[in-house]
Amino acid sequence: MANIISDETIEYVGILAKLELSGDEKEAAKKDMGRMLDYIDKLNELDTAGVEPVPHIFPVQNVFREDRVTNGDESEKILRNAPSQKEHMFVAPKTFSQE
Amino acid sequence: MSRLYETVIGLEVHVELATKTKIFCGCSTEFGGRPNSHTCPVCTGMPGALPVLNKKVLEYAVAVGLATGCDIARYCRFDRKNYFYPDNPQNYQISQLYLPICRNGYVEIEGEEGEKRVGIHEIHMEEDAGKLIHDEREDCTLVDYNRSGVPLIEIVSEPHMRTAREVIAYLEKLKLIIQYLGASDCKLQEGSMRADVNLSVRQVGTAELGTRTEMKNLNSFRAITRAIESEKNRQIDLLEAGKCVVQETRRWDDAKEVSYAMRSKEDAQDYRYFPDPDLTPVSISDEFLEEIRARQPELPTEKRKRYKKEFDIPDYDIDIITGSKRMADIFEAAAALCNQPKKVSNWLMGETLRLLKENELDPEDIRFSPENLAKLILLTESRAVNSTVAKEVFEVMFREDIDPEKYVEEKGLRTVNDERALRRTIEKVIADNPQSVQDFRSGKDRALGFLVGQTMKAMKGKADPAEVNRLLKELL
Amino acid sequence: MKDGELLSLSAVELGRAIKEGKTTALEAVWAVLSQMEQSERVCHCYVTTDREGALERAREVQKRIDAGELTGALAGVPAAVKDNLCTEGIRTTCASRILENFIPTYSAEAVLNLERAGAVIIGKTNMDEFAMGSTTETSAFGVTRNPHNPEHVPGGSSGGSAAAVAAGECFFALGSDTGGSVRQPASYCGVVGMKPTYGTVSRYGLIAYGSSLDQIGPLTKNVEDCAAVLEAVASHDPKDSTSVKREGTDFTAALIKDVKGMRIGIPGDYFGQGLGKEVRKAVLNAARLLKSEGAIVEEFELSLVDYGIPAYYTIAAAEASSNLERFDGIKYGYRDESAEGLHQMYKRTRSKGFGAEVKRRIMLGSFVLSSGYYDAYYLKALRVRAMIKKAFDQAFARYDCILGPVAPTTAPRLGETLSDPVKMYLGDIYTVSVNLAGLPAISIPCGTDSRGLPIGLQLIGDCFQEKRLIQAAYTCEQLLREQSAGV
Repeated sequence: MANIISDETIEYVGILAKLELSGDEKEAAKKDMGRMLDYIDKLNELDTAGVEPVPHIFPVQNVFREDRVTNGDESEKILRNAPSQKEHMFVAPKTFSQE
Repeated sequence: MSRLYETVIGLEVHVELATKTKIFCGCSTEFGGRPNSHTCPVCTGMPGALPVLNKKVLEYAVAVGLATGCDIARYCRFDRKNYFYPDNPQNYQISQLYLPICRNGYVEIEGEEGEKRVGIHEIHMEEDAGKLIHDEREDCTLVDYNRSGVPLIEIVSEPHMRTAREVIAYLEKLKLIIQYLGASDCKLQEGSMRADVNLSVRQVGTAELGTRTEMKNLNSFRAITRAIESEKNRQIDLLEAGKCVVQETRRWDDAKEVSYAMRSKEDAQDYRYFPDPDLTPVSISDEFLEEIRARQPELPTEKRKRYKKEFDIPDYDIDIITGSKRMADIFEAAAALCNQPKKVSNWLMGETLRLLKENELDPEDIRFSPENLAKLILLTESRAVNSTVAKEVFEVMFREDIDPEKYVEEKGLRTVNDERALRRTIEKVIADNPQSVQDFRSGKDRALGFLVGQTMKAMKGKADPAEVNRLLKELL
Repeated sequence: MKDGELLSLSAVELGRAIKEGKTTALEAVWAVLSQMEQSERVCHCYVTTDREGALERAREVQKRIDAGELTGALAGVPAAVKDNLCTEGIRTTCASRILENFIPTYSAEAVLNLERAGAVIIGKTNMDEFAMGSTTETSAFGVTRNPHNPEHVPGGSSGGSAAAVAAGECFFALGSDTGGSVRQPASYCGVVGMKPTYGTVSRYGLIAYGSSLDQIGPLTKNVEDCAAVLEAVASHDPKDSTSVKREGTDFTAALIKDVKGMRIGIPGDYFGQGLGKEVRKAVLNAARLLKSEGAIVEEFELSLVDYGIPAYYTIAAAEASSNLERFDGIKYGYRDESAEGLHQMYKRTRSKGFGAEVKRRIMLGSFVLSSGYYDAYYLKALRVRAMIKKAFDQAFARYDCILGPVAPTTAPRLGETLSDPVKMYLGDIYTVSVNLAGLPAISIPCGTDSRGLPIGLQLIGDCFQEKRLIQAAYTCEQLLREQSAGV
C-alpha cells in the first residue's frame, strides 16, 4: 500500500466530517482509505496538463429566479420533523461559551 | 521599549441586500415575524431541496462592484464552504471563493494624510446564516432560520487602512455608496452592515506584514473604534513582551471592552471549498453589464460636483446634503417642485438637522416627503403663513409627514390677508395703547415693535408681520 | 381480470386495460398488494408501503379516468418509488437510521409528475444506504433479495425498485443512478432500466448523493414502459438549476423497430479480462442480432475506461461528504441524546446514524477536499472527467450508440462483494463513465446465465439522444424476443 494513513489523519478527517470512530473502526478506516487512495492514484498515470477541470458537465448557465415572494409560512410542517423544538425554534446543544 | 509601531487594517464587510426574497429561495426577507415563519425546505436545509439564484442579488452585486471601480468577472461561480454550526442548516454556506463576481476596486476616503484610496480585493455573493438564541433556563441554543439565506455581499478590502478614523471613513463611504445604489440600508446596529476587522501591527519601516487577527461582533462605529484600539495595544504588548501574535478569530465584547479568542479544537478551519454542483455558473454579457451601468444612479462624488455647479448654496451644505441619500433625494425633489433650492437647503440644514439631533435620528430616517416640504416653502413664500407658524408646522411634518396645506387650513393658521379686518385690529391696538403711540411719535422706534407684537397677538399670530408694519406706520 | 393475468401485463398494457374497462385501478392495486404478501417475505423490496393511501388514491384516480380527465398511458398504474425520493407525508429514509423517522413536507418533482400522470404510488423501495453501494446490502433495514434467486443480490443501489418490478410487486418503479444504480440492478433483475441525460428529470426532492452525477430514471418491465415512464417524469423544473429545457421529450414516439443504417460502436475495452464469459456471449449475441437487422456494428477503442472508477469515486465521495453534512440531529432525523455539547452530539449522531459504507465515503470525500489535497485529488478527478467526456464526444462523432455490458458478471451471492470495497467499486466499470459524461444509457435484459440469472445489455447514447437509444433498445428487445421464441 502506497498511501499510509496515519492516526492523525483519521482523527483530523473525523473532525472535518464529524464522525467518531471506535478503535477497530479507526484501524479499518485507515486501511480502507489507504487502499482507495492507492486506487485513485491511478489517475496520476494521465497527463492532464492544460485540461480544464469541469465541475459542471453541460454549459448550462445563468439560471435565475425573479425576486418575487412565492413561499408562505411552512414552519409548522418543517418543525414537525425536529428531534426537539421550543417556542417555534429548533433546539440545539449549547453553542457559545466564553473562556 | 517605545519602538514605533504601525497598525495595518483590512476589513471584511458583510452587507445584507435589499431584495424582497432570499438569495436561493422565494422566502421573504422581511424582518420580524414569528421564528421560522419565513422558511422553506431550501433555507432550512431539508433533504432534496435545491437552490436557485435570485437575479436581483447578482444585479446589486454588480452595481456595487461598478460603483467601487471593480473589474466585474465575466464568469463566476458559487462554492460551498463546509463547516458544522447550527445556524447554518446545510452545514455548508454557499459563497464564492474561486471565482468571485468583482475584483480590484477601490473607495476614496479622507485619510490621515489627505485623500486616499482604499483598495477592494474582491466582492462576493453569499447567504446569511440563521439566528441562534441562548436559552438560559435549559442551557441550550434555539435556532431561528428566518435570516438563513438572506442575500449578502462580502466586500473584502486590501490592508490599506492605518487608523480607526480611516476605518470609519471607509465604512461611511461604503455605506453611502451602497445606500445611493439602493442595494442596502446598511445599518450596523440592525446587522444589515457588519464589519470584521483584520488587524496586525509592525514596526514602522518594516515591509512585511505582521501576523493578523480577525475581530468579529462589532455592532457600531464606536465598538469598531474601541476594538481597534484594544487589539492594537494587545498585539504591541505581546510583541514588546517578546511573544508572538497568534493568527486567530476573536470576538469583541463591547460591554467589557475586551476580546476573546474563538478557539476550539473542534474547528479545523479547513472549509473544503469546492464548486457547488447544484448551481450553474453565471456568465455576464456586455448587454447585462450595460443594462446595470445605465441604471446606476448618480453617486455621491458626482452629485456633489453637480450641486456645486447647479446650486448657489455653500459647499459645506452640499457636503452635508449629499452625505445622505435621503437628504439628497429630498433636496432635489423639493427644489424641483418649489424652484427654491436655497430655501430647501435652509430647511434641511436648519430645522431638519436640529430635529434629527434632538431625536437622535439618522438622516436616512427622515419621514417627511419632498412634496410636503415644497408645499410648506410655497406657503411661506406666498406669505400664507409666517415664519413662526411655518416652523411649528414643520415640527409636526417632521414627526408625522402631514400635508402642510391641509394642516394650516384645518388648524386655521393661515395669515389673515383681509386688510379691512387688519386695519380694524390695528385701530383698536392704537386706541388701547396711547402711551406707545405717544412714544413712537416722539421718535422711539422700539414702540413700533411693541405695537406690532400687540397686533400679532390680537391676530393670534396669523398676520403677516411686514403687512402689519406697513399699516401701522400708515395709520400712525 | 384475474390477479395472475393482471400482473403479467406491462404498465402500458395495464393502463390500456383500465381505460377499456377490463379492469380498474383499484383491482390493480389489490393485485399488487396480494403479490406483495407472497413475495415481500422473501424479497423485501420495500422499506415502507402505503397500503391505505394507495387504495384511496386508486379510487380517486379511477373516478378521474371514468370522467375522462386522466387519459395518459400510466393512469391507474401502481408504481414504486426509491426511498431517496421525497414523498410528502410518507416516511423517506434513504435506507438509513439517520432518517428512520423523517417525513418530508414536500414531494420530489419526479413524484409529482408521476402523480399528475395518474400513477398510484404503492410504497418506497429499499436501496443501499444513501444510494452508496451496488448490492442493496448496505440498507439499514435489511437486504433485498433477487426475485430470480433469493440467494443472490438484486444489485444496487436501486435494488428494491428493480426487484419490485421483477417480482410483480409494482408495474414500474423510479430509481436513481449516480454511477449505475438504475442500470446495474435492472440488469441483475432482468428488467429495463434507464439513466436519462443529466438534467432531463428534475432532481428537486431527490436526496442527493453526488449532485453532479445523480439522475432519476425508470425501472420497467419493457422498453415501451420505459419510454412512457420517462415521458411522464421528464420536465424542465425551475426549482432545479441543473434542469435542462429540452425539446422532443415525446419518447414513446421512438418505439420503432428499425435500426437500418444505425451506427453502433462496440468498445473493445469493455470486453477485456474482467468480463464474464456468459455475459460476453449474451451481449455479443444481441449485437449480432442488431447487425443482421441492418445496423452498422463495429468495434472501436473508447479509451480511458479504467480511469472512470477512480475519477467517479473521488467526485462522488467529495460531493457526498458535503451533501450529507445536513444530517446533524438538529432539524430532522436521528439525534443521539447521550452526548454532551454540540460537537459530541454531531459526532455521535452521525456515527450511529450512518452505516459503514456511508462513513467510508464521507471520510474519503472530506479527505480529498481537505487543505493540501484538493488539487491533487479533486481537481485531478475533474480534469479526468473532462477527458472522459471528450473521449465520448469523439465516439459519438462516429456512432449513434455504444453497445456493451452493464456489469462484468450476473448478480453475485449475498455477502460476496461487501467485504472488499475496492472490489465492489470495480463492478461499476461499465456504468460510471456515463454519469461522469452526463450521458443517457439504457439497460435491457439480453439473456440468462447457466444459473438462470439475468444478463443485461447496455446501450449508451450521446446527450439528449434518448429517442435514438429507445429505438435501438426497442428493436433489440423485439429481436431477442423473436430469437427466444424461435422465429
